[in-house]
Order: sequence, then structure tokens, then C-alpha cells
Amino acid sequence: MSNWIIAPVVLPALLAPVIAAVARHDIVLARTLSLAGTIFLTIIALGLTVVASQGGPYVYELGNWNAPFGIVLVLDRLSAMMMLLTTVLALIVQIYVIATDWDKRGRHFHALFQFQLMGLFGAFLTGDAFNLFVFFEILLIASYGLMIYGGGQMRLRAGLQYVVMNLAGSTLFLFALGTIYATTGTLNIADLAVKIREIPVDDAALIRVAAMLLMIVFAIKAALFPLQFWMPGTYANAPAPVAALFAIMTKVGAYAILRFYTVVFGPEVAATGSMPGDWLMPAALITVAIGAVGVLGAKRLLPLLSFAVLGSMGTLMLAVSVFTPQAISAALYYLVHSTLAAAAMFLVADLVISRRGAARDHLREQSPNTPNGLLAALFFAGAIAVAGMPPLSGFIGKLLVLDAVRASESAALIWAAILLGSLLTIIGFARAGSDLFWKTAEGAPSDNPDLEPDLTIPIPPLAVVGIMLALTALAALTVFAGPVTAFFEVTAAQLVDPIDYIQAVLPSYQKGS
Amino acid sequence: MEILVASAVGVLTAAGVYLILRLRSFSVILGLAMLSYAVNLFLFSTGRLTVGLSPILSKTAQGYTDPLPQALVLTAIVISFGMTAVLVMVALGAFLTSDHDRIDIESNTETDESDEPEVETP
Repeated sequence: MSNWIIAPVVLPALLAPVIAAVARHDIVLARTLSLAGTIFLTIIALGLTVVASQGGPYVYELGNWNAPFGIVLVLDRLSAMMMLLTTVLALIVQIYVIATDWDKRGRHFHALFQFQLMGLFGAFLTGDAFNLFVFFEILLIASYGLMIYGGGQMRLRAGLQYVVMNLAGSTLFLFALGTIYATTGTLNIADLAVKIREIPVDDAALIRVAAMLLMIVFAIKAALFPLQFWMPGTYANAPAPVAALFAIMTKVGAYAILRFYTVVFGPEVAATGSMPGDWLMPAALITVAIGAVGVLGAKRLLPLLSFAVLGSMGTLMLAVSVFTPQAISAALYYLVHSTLAAAAMFLVADLVISRRGAARDHLREQSPNTPNGLLAALFFAGAIAVAGMPPLSGFIGKLLVLDAVRASESAALIWAAILLGSLLTIIGFARAGSDLFWKTAEGAPSDNPDLEPDLTIPIPPLAVVGIMLALTALAALTVFAGPVTAFFEVTAAQLVDPIDYIQAVLPSYQKGS
Repeated sequence: MEILVASAVGVLTAAGVYLILRLRSFSVILGLAMLSYAVNLFLFSTGRLTVGLSPILSKTAQGYTDPLPQALVLTAIVISFGMTAVLVMVALGAFLTSDHDRIDIESNTETDESDEPEVETP
């Protein structure tokens, strides 16, 4: 059984070079290989989630070197559910990309896609801090390729900023890891959890610095204020299906914060105490505000969606910053919801933009506008999901978050931020929807028929299947909110009390020894 | 020796941060390279600085130095080298398509067709 833990990393790592080398001139072969790989990964992730939900955490020791001397991969409920979410998202994006021929606009889309998956799975599975850095770099280098996929001036320049921002973040990551290693002499996450709990408060200055450096690194990934500036430009200028896939990239930052600031620097650790939560909370509050104002002020659809994603990251991190089991479970529910909702919305936006001619994603009136009922309905459903209105799961997610933060000291602030943010988001999306689908401007048609809006261009049925898959997943998340929340509650309990995690990695460890 | 290594890390970091804050992508790339040198040196020194000690087992060794930071530095060097290459390629692409290497995105370039990626790249 335990050998399957490494399969999600090895499989895409083997598949991607094959696609790049063998199938580089044969798009059908590349699509078949890549889609088959993703489906197989989905099955593996499903199996691993079932296994992880019955026990665990399970450990895979690379090269059979015992922890803390070798690198370990750890499968627990959190990593399993993040993998499952990633595979579902990957499947949705891939179906859409194949249906709309996005993968023909440049080269090596599917190879980059598989490398991206490899980095994501590795980051979720690894039980070693330096190995986490390596997998971050793998997923980043693949994301650089995907970000500038298809080229174009704006995209390349936004991509340059994205690369520079993340390279600076990687450097900070290394500084943080160096400080941690110099202080504790280990980089294994479970071993760190043990060693850092033994550090007396008086000697904690260095480890506090390292904890905050790591927080900055993960906040860059999670696009938290004041490190969110790269995010709207990147998402708005990336190809829309890639932006849909990137919905999971900000969640990698959220995952890393959840993992490190519960297992390693948990609230009960004397050296850091409540410091992580104290810093996260205001940053997340401001992020919610920026997201809401950005949604309201955006003049184009893709930046509007990017700011909506930014706002949802703020809401997610607000729940995380409380660090109680209930809040973490609410955060996980909202994480799954916001990832799928953002992906669905970016895909719908891509369909809309490709039918608006010269106006592209500018939110202004269009001439002459032929309504397309299916597109409008998909946009409506996606907007409901992103804004967090009933009946879709965003409503339940926000409700869970609001309920979970009631005990917090700044509950009033959090409630105000989330509720006002939701209101502004609803207004922003209502305005965008009416601009896109209802308003028509009078004017002579231009000479170039390619630049004319035509909402009646037939929509590839498979593209709708991809979007519907995302919306169905959201509906399922709503209907099965009970069992799903129960799963997340155990996941949160496993995180807050990391003794099982530590003992799985270090079998000789006894609590209190 | 500690003073020498520490000030080298400090100077490299300061130069890197200064260069990163410049407006042109060429200096930003140089700044990131400086930062990666600084962090490599920093990682190397996390295993404590020693002279003339071997990192692997040997019968004649007087003592040992920590081999792990050296392995970490090797990994970090390879990764930062690859990343710098990618960054240069992206910057070159941005420079060739826009005829200048400013790193900011001024809003007046957001015309309708500017980011139209319909053309298949060769």
C-alpha cells in the first residue's frame, strides 16, 4: 500500500518528458496521454483519500532511509484531500483546454501541465521542509511556462513580474530554511515539530525570525496583503484556462501555512505562541477589503475575477488565522469551494471573451449584441458560487467561517469584512453580468468581421461539460456538506494535535519524552 | 572568518535588494542573481564554519563538518541557475515584443489588441 504514496509524484514526472519528447508533433497523442494520466491520477488520489480517511498518517521513506535522516512523504487527510481537489481541478481544466483547442496555441502545454501537477502533488505530500522548497520550484517553473503560454506582449511582461516576484520569494524561503536548520539542526517537519517545542522562550529569537520569514514566503504564494500585488496582474494576463488551474496555486500557500503553523509552529509552541495568527489576521482582513474594492472597480472581466479570487483568499486566511479546529475545518471547506468556483468562473469568462470580438473582456457596451442564454446562465451560476450566495456551496462555506470565528476577539471585524466584502462582490458581479449580457450600444458595425462580437458562435459541448463538472462538484459540495464537513473536522483535529503525524514519521517518539 | 562570511552575505543581499528595486529588468535579473549568491553563502554557513575538516567518514579524520548544508547548497545552486535561465528567457521575450526592458506594466499599453495571443509561436 505505502508505495502508492509516491505514485502521484512519479507518474506525472515520467509522463511529462514522454509527452514532450514523443508526442511533441502529435496533438492527439499528447492529449490522449495527458488526459489518461490525469484520470489515472484522479483514481489514485481517490484511493489515497479513502485510505487516509480510515487511518494514518502513512509514511513513505525515500530510499528506505529512516526519518529524520532521509526524506519522507507523508499521506494524511489534509494532503490526500488537497491532492483529490487538484486532480478534479486538473481534469476540469484539461477537458476545457482540449475542447477549445487552447493547447494548440503554443507548444508543450500538456507536458507543462503534467510537470505542474507533479510539483503540486509533491508539495502536498512531502514531509521535509527543504523538499517542500524543491517541489515549490518545480510547480513554479512549470507555472512560468503556462503563464506565458501563447505569448503576447502584455502576457510576457506580466509573466516577467510573476517570475521575479516568485524568485525573490524562493530566496526568502532559502533564508528561512537556513535559519531553521542553523537553530534546530533538522529540516524534517515532524522532527522540527519535536525540536521547536523544546526550545525555551528565551532562546527563541532566531526561530521566531525564521517563522516570520516562512510566513512571508507562504503569504506571497497565498497573495496576502501586502504581498498580493503580483496576483491580479498575473491571473488577468494568463490564459484563462491557466488562470483556472492557478486557482489551486494560491491554495498551495494556504496549505503550507496550515501545515507549518499547526504542526511545527502551532499555537501551543512556546517559542512562537500566537504570533502567526496575530499577523495573519490583519493581513487577511485587508486582503478581503482589497479584493472587494477591486471587484467593484475593475474595468475588465479578468481582473474582476482575479480580485474576486483575492477576496476569497482573504476570507480563507481569516478562518485559518484563528487556528481552532472548527475554524480550520471551515477554512478547508471554503478552500475546496473557492478553488472550484474560481476555476469555473475563469472558464466561463474565456468562453464569453472569445465571443465578444474587439471588446474582449472590457466591461462596456457592445454593438450589436446577440444574447446567448447558455453563456449567461453559466455566468450567473458561476457568479453565485464566487460571490457566496445560496444555493451553491459558497454560502455554506462563508456561513461556516462566520460561525467558526465567533469566539475570536476580533469577531466583529471579521464578520464586517466578510459580509461587506460579499456585498461588494455581489454588486460587482451583477454589474459585470449586466454589462456583458444585457446592455447594447448603438453604432455602425466595424469593417473587420473578426472584431465583431458574435455570441452565437457555437460553444464546444465538451467545454460546457468541463464547466458543468466544476459546477456539479460545487452542487455536490453543497448537498453533501454534512459528510464533507465531518471529514474536514477530523482533518482539522489531526492538524491541531500533531502527535499522530510525529509518531508516524518518528516511530520512536514518545509524548513528553 | 565569521565576520568575512557574514559581511559578504550582507553586502550581496544589500546589492541584490537595491538592484531588484530598479525599473529595468536587466538590473532586476542581476539583483536576483546576487540574492541567490547571498543565500547560497548563507546556507553554506548554517552548518557552522570550520576549516580543513572532512564532511564524510574517513579513518584519519580529526573531526567532521556538517555535510547537509553542502548538499542543500548544491541543490539551491542548480535550482537558482535554472531559474535564472528561465528568467532571462522570459525577460528577453518581453523585451523583444515591447522594444524596451522596463519591468513595470504601464496602464496605457492596455489597448484592445495588445494581448491578443492568436498567433501561433513557431
